[in-house]
Amino acid sequence: MALARIQLPKDAKRGELVEVRIVIQHPMETGFRRDAGGERVARNAIHSLACRYNGAEVFRATLSTGIAANPYLRFFLRAGESGDLDFWWLDDDEKEGTAKTRLVVA
Amino acid sequence: MKRRDFLGFTLVILPVQALGQANAHVSTTDPLVVAITKGKDVLPGKVKLELPAVAVNGHSVAMTVKVESPMSAAQYVRAVHLVSEKNPVREMATFYLGPHSGRAEVGSRIRLNGTQRITAIAELSDGSFWSDQVAIEVREAACTDGG
Repeated sequence: MALARIQLPKDAKRGELVEVRIVIQHPMETGFRRDAGGERVARNAIHSLACRYNGAEVFRATLSTGIAANPYLRFFLRAGESGDLDFWWLDDDEKEGTAKTRLVVA
Repeated sequence: MKRRDFLGFTLVILPVQALGQANAHVSTTDPLVVAITKGKDVLPGKVKLELPAVAVNGHSVAMTVKVESPMSAAQYVRAVHLVSEKNPVREMATFYLGPHSGRAEVGSRIRLNGTQRITAIAELSDGSFWSDQVAIEVREAACTDGG
């Protein structure tokens, strides 16, 4: 179960630029780190992420171990109607994560 | 040409020429760059990659990349690729944008395995590629603990 926090402005006007920020709780294991027992920790990073706004994709990213642990992303989108922002991501263990929030267009 | 003149020429003229030259920031023989651009030229400009000059450690470094371009249906930024010089995984991230993005700007935090140059390559809707490169000094690399 992955946790994420999405930050949006409280509300937006139609046609306005909206800054979207998300932080996902994920170790983004590089595969080079060793645990306390000296065992190599297997690589496990989020490699794909997408964001849909009212069902239409507005942002997509392919990530790697070059992104810091607990990946943070900031991007923009243009406000249309009020609606849901749906995030989806997938890591090397084939574990999916989702997060959702609502964009209120005044 | 006298030797002194020649040296002056190489010091002044050649770097100025390199500024506007295609592929100034990228290697045309780098397989990773070729995979991104399909062999097309990468021009310097339009892209602004913002990184601190020095990072105390490479575990988490704030990064912003901006591309100077309209974001309309007719003309927009399709993708921004981040390429590392020295990370074990050199293809750090690719961000896919579109007209709905409104502004071609993405921020994140990156992980760096030591002092190196980071290159951002933007792919525009007209098929052209633009780039910026930033050198960053990393005092402690992210991959040092346990190899």
